[in-house]
Amino acid sequence: MSTTSSAPAQTQKSMADYASEFGLKPDEYQVILDRLGREPNYVELGVFSVMWSEHCSYKSSRMHLRKFPVTGERVICGPGENAGVIDIGDGQACIFKMESHNHPSYIEPYQGAATGVGGIMRDVFTMGARPVALLNALRFGEPSHPKTKRIVEGVVAGIGGYGNCVGVPTVAGETNFHAGYNGNCLVNAMCVGLADADKIFYSAAPEPGLPVVYFGSKTGRDGIHGATMSSAEFSEDSEEKRPTVQVGDPFAEKLLIEATLELMASGAVAAIQDMGAAGLTSSSVEMAGKGGLGITLDLDKVPQREANMSAYEMMLSESQERMLAILKPGRENDGYRIFEKWGLDAAVIGETNTSGHIVLKHKGEVVCDLPLGPLSDDAPLYDRPWVEPDMEAPLASVPSAPVGDALLTILASPDMASKRWLWEQYDRHVMADTLADSATGSDAGMVRVHGTKKALAVTSDCTPRYVKANPYEGGKQAVAEAWRNLTAVGADPIAITDNLNFGNPERPKIMGQIVRAIDGMAEACRELNFPVVSGNVSLYNETNGVAIPPTPTVGAVGLLADYDQRVGFHTLKAGQVLVLIGETAGELGSSLYLREVHGIEAGAPPKVDLSVEKRNGDFVRDLIRSKTAKAVHDLSDGGLLPAAFDMASASGVGIELKNSTALEDHVFAFAEDQARYLIAVDEASAHLVLAKAAEAGVPALTIGVAGGSDLSLTGVMSLSLDELKTANERWLPEFMG
Amino acid sequence: MKAAVLVFPGSNCDRDCKVAVEVTTGAQVSMVWHQDTSLPAGLDLIVVPGGFSYGDYLRCGAMASLSPVMAEVVKAAQRGVSVVGICNGFQILCEAGLLPGALMRNAGLKYVCKPIELTIENRNTRFTSAYGDKSSVWMTQGNGDGNFFADAETLKAIEDNHQVVFRYVENPNGSVNNIAGIMNTEGNVLGMMPHPDRAFEPALGSADGAPLFHSLMRVLQAA
Repeated sequence: MSTTSSAPAQTQKSMADYASEFGLKPDEYQVILDRLGREPNYVELGVFSVMWSEHCSYKSSRMHLRKFPVTGERVICGPGENAGVIDIGDGQACIFKMESHNHPSYIEPYQGAATGVGGIMRDVFTMGARPVALLNALRFGEPSHPKTKRIVEGVVAGIGGYGNCVGVPTVAGETNFHAGYNGNCLVNAMCVGLADADKIFYSAAPEPGLPVVYFGSKTGRDGIHGATMSSAEFSEDSEEKRPTVQVGDPFAEKLLIEATLELMASGAVAAIQDMGAAGLTSSSVEMAGKGGLGITLDLDKVPQREANMSAYEMMLSESQERMLAILKPGRENDGYRIFEKWGLDAAVIGETNTSGHIVLKHKGEVVCDLPLGPLSDDAPLYDRPWVEPDMEAPLASVPSAPVGDALLTILASPDMASKRWLWEQYDRHVMADTLADSATGSDAGMVRVHGTKKALAVTSDCTPRYVKANPYEGGKQAVAEAWRNLTAVGADPIAITDNLNFGNPERPKIMGQIVRAIDGMAEACRELNFPVVSGNVSLYNETNGVAIPPTPTVGAVGLLADYDQRVGFHTLKAGQVLVLIGETAGELGSSLYLREVHGIEAGAPPKVDLSVEKRNGDFVRDLIRSKTAKAVHDLSDGGLLPAAFDMASASGVGIELKNSTALEDHVFAFAEDQARYLIAVDEASAHLVLAKAAEAGVPALTIGVAGGSDLSLTGVMSLSLDELKTANERWLPEFMG
Repeated sequence: MKAAVLVFPGSNCDRDCKVAVEVTTGAQVSMVWHQDTSLPAGLDLIVVPGGFSYGDYLRCGAMASLSPVMAEVVKAAQRGVSVVGICNGFQILCEAGLLPGALMRNAGLKYVCKPIELTIENRNTRFTSAYGDKSSVWMTQGNGDGNFFADAETLKAIEDNHQVVFRYVENPNGSVNNIAGIMNTEGNVLGMMPHPDRAFEPALGSADGAPLFHSLMRVLQAA
């Protein structure tokens, strides 16, 4: 074939050498040889290697992902498309997904995080939705690690720099710090969008003979082989991989959103796909492959940012803010009119056909001709060997500590300290529909469904220390906590997106974590009627052989039929009575109390009883709907006392708690038993709430009253809210100082 | 009332402004594309919305101020039509010379998004008459370049002419004299960094932006 399909000159390497360099295993390369009946050329090898990368093919996780429930009465489209789609009534749909950008963010924090936000937004608007909310789940190394501060600074600036400019509010998120992420931070970004249920766009090419239109930014040499890089472990020289990281342009993304939605509204779009990981390769292969067709592209027509780009570079580039659309016959001019209005590059670069092949032409020659079947449908699928992962045994005993000192320590710890420094850099109010954001005092972010009384509640959750201690229970807990957070604001939990972050799946213990966490998550999803509609898997999160703590992040969406029925934990008033819903057995294994106060990271994590979770949550949601619960906070990290602090602090009124249980005070204060809520009710309705709870079989206990300006546990400790607030607010700004 | 909201590439509060004006005043609001060379006839209000016009590349508001539609906005302002620029819109009005001063990078060098308390410095304007005797108001703001600056002479003129409309109670960005919003000497052009378009009903956390639009209605009703 031509020079443009060949490898760089002056090398003595064989195609097999290149295959290994591109991350293909010898047996995978052999499959390619068998399927083609010949040796691939350099371009073809590049196309195979990205399509068969872990990132694009899910080859290690696919068979386990099948365990997730993916259907439900509100599910319009489950996993397999760019994002999941749920029915939110009145002919409206919510489209959402979470995706990782871990490796790029570690190598180049600002651009890595920024393009993570850009990529996930494209997944959502590609399906016809206007993005209306962003969330992020961030895990950084320990604060004392020399790289941590720089990574936090860059990631936060990148998320803000991109989302703020595009004009989508960042309403919720979570941030952890742990030595386990020293060599491999996690940046998981989630986007939630709204569309009309009868105007959802898919990627499958519907028929042959249709024009394939490229629009958006030009293609450059950035991000080449990004998907392959993301599918390998890190080592000391990882920073040399910086050229594989893409550069984002949020202004271009904003224009792309408007142009895409306008093009869709014009009726010209037959199928559409964004160019994300593996760029032009995966978008064209997926569109033609899903449609059971073939596709021919003329690479000379691709808008190029740099001169003399080779076919290989164009196909492997991960330049940002690009889309590929298949238009209905004769609608090219509608496209050009819209692209010109928004100042975007555009070109018809090819056509669909019935060949079943992807054929690429460059400089008058065919530089790639591959059957589509093997590329996507026949991608490798591994049943990787796995063993039961390491698990923490229950603790024989838990040391005690002065409760007030312990509370101050926990509130000032990196995981629990206020993240104000971080979220004040995110525009949380653009679009003027934000009802609750990170500043509000709410267990979930909430945005109105524009122009209606409905609202979406959104949250992101995972407790990595639980998953590490017991992947199965930890997997259940991540789903249950997301469900609880949506419940705590009064929403009906609808569906989740998952972002599974793990180490190297070729190691049986890591594979064991993956398998068991998925088992736990799948069970929780089934029991809570909380299907998985989209997701992303990020493996090989290791540096120098050390894996991250297993972190299967859950992004979840719930619906409020009437946003006037929402509640937060910032609405507590003096005189109201505090009721603890749910049973406290005293679970302190793998708790924040143990880690932050005693430096112990051990013990079995709290058990998650899903039927109890559902029963207690449904009870609390009813109290919210009947306006009986005036303020609600779920109990999670740190247990009761930190939750009481959150409520008191956000509401500006003190709380006096009393331990009338048989539990020791530090256990009562900091146990992390699941399925619990702290709710505030008017004094007059307290007895009724307790009676209703007894009737429903829900444990409920009056534990205090609101008033004054201190947080106290009668006879044990009393601290002013000001002092506690100072401790809680001080850490992050001082660290970043 | 007849109102128009300008739309530049990168505007992202254009819809917010349209909805805020519609909800608070019932006005008929048209969206005007930046390349248009004429404005709808009979406008009472032009809103220059927030966002990142032209990506904030070069300098915030600099390129937008040269868009074809801005020449028409300048003419309309000279005729006495009310013009409100919010956030990026304030930056554009300064760049276009409709308002004095400039907006620089925030003193903390970071984007800052938070609810903020403002004092109403001049109640006797077409933008503030409906605030009554309310001493302070809350709105949210979100920007990276909200640090208002004017040289000493200009600043003295702004203060002497009572052109300061809103001042920060706690200065979030280093703005000189805690200035959050100013108007021109004629009193028909207002620029402000905080967002009344994100604070026009209680569900949004504050409805303190609504009286700004009510004030503009009042002027019309009195006329």
